[in-house]
Amino acid sequence: MRARRAVVTGIGVVAPSGVGADAHWRTVLAGRRRTGPITLFDATGYPTRLGGEVADFDAARYTDNRALVQTDRWTHLGFAATGLALADAGLPEQAPDPYDWAVTLASSSGGNLFGQRELQRLWSSPTRTVGAYQSIAWFYAASTGQLSIRHQAKGPCGVLVAESAGGLDSLAHAVRTVRRGASVVLAGATECPLSPYALACQLRSGLLSNVADPERAYRPFDAAASGYLPAEGGAVFVVEEHGHATARGARIYGEVTGWGATHDAVHTTADSAGDPHQYARAMRLALGRAGVEPAEVDLVVPDALGVPRYDRAEATALRAVFAGTAPPVSTHKALTGRAHQGGSALDVATALLAFAHDTLPASAGPQRVAEGCDLDFLRERRRPRTRVALVCARGFDGFNSALVLRGAAPDEGEHR
Amino acid sequence: MTGRRTVVTGIGVVAPGGVTRDRFWKGITEGRTATRRISFFDPSPFRSQIAAECDFDPDAAGLTPAERQRADRYVQFALACAAEAVADSGLDLTDAERDRAGVVLGTAVGGTMALEQEYVTVSDSGRRWLVEAALGGPYLYQALMPSSLAADVACRHGLHGPAQVVSTGCTSGIDAIGYAHQLIADGEADIVLAGAADSPISPVTVASFDAIKATSPDNDDPAHASRPFDADRHGFVLAEGAAVLVLEEAGHARRRGAHVYCEVAGYASRSNGYHMTGLRPDGLEMGLAITDALGQARLAPEDVSYVSAHGSGTRQNDRHETAAVKRAFGPAAYRVPISSIKSMVGHSLGAIGSIEMAACALAIEYGVVPPTANWTTRDPECDLDYVPNEAREVPVDVALSVGSGFGGFQSAMLFRRLCREVGR
Repeated sequence: MRARRAVVTGIGVVAPSGVGADAHWRTVLAGRRRTGPITLFDATGYPTRLGGEVADFDAARYTDNRALVQTDRWTHLGFAATGLALADAGLPEQAPDPYDWAVTLASSSGGNLFGQRELQRLWSSPTRTVGAYQSIAWFYAASTGQLSIRHQAKGPCGVLVAESAGGLDSLAHAVRTVRRGASVVLAGATECPLSPYALACQLRSGLLSNVADPERAYRPFDAAASGYLPAEGGAVFVVEEHGHATARGARIYGEVTGWGATHDAVHTTADSAGDPHQYARAMRLALGRAGVEPAEVDLVVPDALGVPRYDRAEATALRAVFAGTAPPVSTHKALTGRAHQGGSALDVATALLAFAHDTLPASAGPQRVAEGCDLDFLRERRRPRTRVALVCARGFDGFNSALVLRGAAPDEGEHR
Repeated sequence: MTGRRTVVTGIGVVAPGGVTRDRFWKGITEGRTATRRISFFDPSPFRSQIAAECDFDPDAAGLTPAERQRADRYVQFALACAAEAVADSGLDLTDAERDRAGVVLGTAVGGTMALEQEYVTVSDSGRRWLVEAALGGPYLYQALMPSSLAADVACRHGLHGPAQVVSTGCTSGIDAIGYAHQLIADGEADIVLAGAADSPISPVTVASFDAIKATSPDNDDPAHASRPFDADRHGFVLAEGAAVLVLEEAGHARRRGAHVYCEVAGYASRSNGYHMTGLRPDGLEMGLAITDALGQARLAPEDVSYVSAHGSGTRQNDRHETAAVKRAFGPAAYRVPISSIKSMVGHSLGAIGSIEMAACALAIEYGVVPPTANWTTRDPECDLDYVPNEAREVPVDVALSVGSGFGGFQSAMLFRRLCREVGR
């Protein structure tokens, strides 16, 4: 029996690069940096003061007031990204056949701003109480649950956590869910790790950049790489069964054809660099499942952690997979910061938009390639050749994931 | 899809009243309740002051000093369970097998306990919004990210297959095993350590459930406070715990002559799309999940020997669930023994789904159905056979477990005694 195919028919971006896929694409094409001083709270007292925020985000445009007060900003971003993805796919706000729709988002740290406010209320007053919505706003399933209700997606839902790698795992799981019978799966991730306490936690990873100049703070693969900047936002996708999409004449961005996940089985420490062998194995698993030779890959979107030893390990893994040749690499994380699982989802959006616009965007850096990081960084935009993209992501403490996307042919992409 | 089948070849449990698989099983089949007044902190400011706590000794569980330092309590539980499950399974993995051995663990609230304790320090007991980051402990990042749970277990056992945390609230424990089962069925892994862990007994969790009156306020009689399906039930009793199963592709288990507890015969989930915490009394979506799981297993309701209920002991849950079983089973609902071990070990949020799956595997193994403790008064809306107070010896060939959680998630999983053609 031939497995049911899963294609992406809707992209919803809510990220520092912009609200909406078009805004994100313009930022990527122009190479405009959108990181800057953190404004969600006063971060001036912390070693890392910069980050990527969704500027002028108006949550009320995407959901009702009742849902807003019950949820964290991370879920607000999820409401927006999902609403935009459904509109982009030309699907209704509510599932016509509820059990045929599912939600399988990734979420790595839950409702941080909401949670910290409630912790403060609990501990600073003698009555020891929290509000009625703390029990449904802080936990990792809050966004998926809310989206399931809002869009009447009553099929098999999931919530995945693999630190930053999970955005890709979410799309892989959407394919599994389509193969098991669902027609429409909402996948991807949004995050908001920008509360004072969440930042304090992240500072303990030892991977954040302390550089104060926004132009120089997060520069993956660069000789001056100094760590990464945290960010909020991400992307949500409509992953749809191929026949379901074509029957309704939907525009198809591309197909999720391969995925792979491995684990280093080694913790992240001050000396660790990740295991290039296991990382390469995840990429090979994804390529193998997609039936794609490395030479066929048009575009690699890397994890781009911005920590020198991890950047070198990623370059090593990529060179191993591509048998010594340098694959075409384009990264835009330096423009937005890293939104954990939302960041890897955002990279998927970039790859799919590149094929939709028939343009592989130039890489946002590195300016001066670090030693050991020799890859074929796209210095100028160019036309796609095969329309096959490999998106890679890693997560703290050893997670490796890779996803292979096959962009739709231009005529298929302009169906609508 | 591919004909690949998943079997259970190892079990590890950390539960209130019974740390280790055998003690857990002895406790619940003897009908002993492990609910008590909270001892981890002074619970007197709270509405609900009771919980089911684990008497967990990290040294006895074989945790290394580094693991004890690094890992929050729920991760320590999972490390102990995984070690017990792997030892039970007799697995001795080659390097090639490690590449195809994964970890999929569920948790509802992850590192809440460590996060709250550290928060109190860095915020000066809530006085500072802009917390003093320098005062935080070295493992705060691991506390923030629940993915630490899967990572630590993968590191301990040197597993290089897919590692994942599944966090669908209170159905996490079933959904993690379901996710692992799908990885094996689809050929993405041959072995998966699958289960769940939670250690939520912390002031913020207690306050969160106080605020919506979900937990039992029966503080004067903690031992009898968890009363699933009883007319005098007043909410659930918060708990902690973990369980990890070794899931293995059936052929892999057969080739190495492993002892097989049972087969994962079906897994399904639905969402009610109704309310984050509210349940419609009709039990529609849980019923659909049960029917889907039965369909995957090609089993009829009459084939089910035991139903491990979600049975949290809230007014609405037990009514909802009774309706769901009736909807899916028809008249057979009145003949199948149903019990909730939450009456004894409490509700450990995401973990309990896996603990209940462990109970299902052991019920098949030993031919004993654990009881629903504290059942004294019949509720006209809950009129099925809840195996009150005493375990029952019955052959168990097929066990169904169901879970229901915040977000509207409803999950169902079937374990079946292994058929001979797979076992030999």
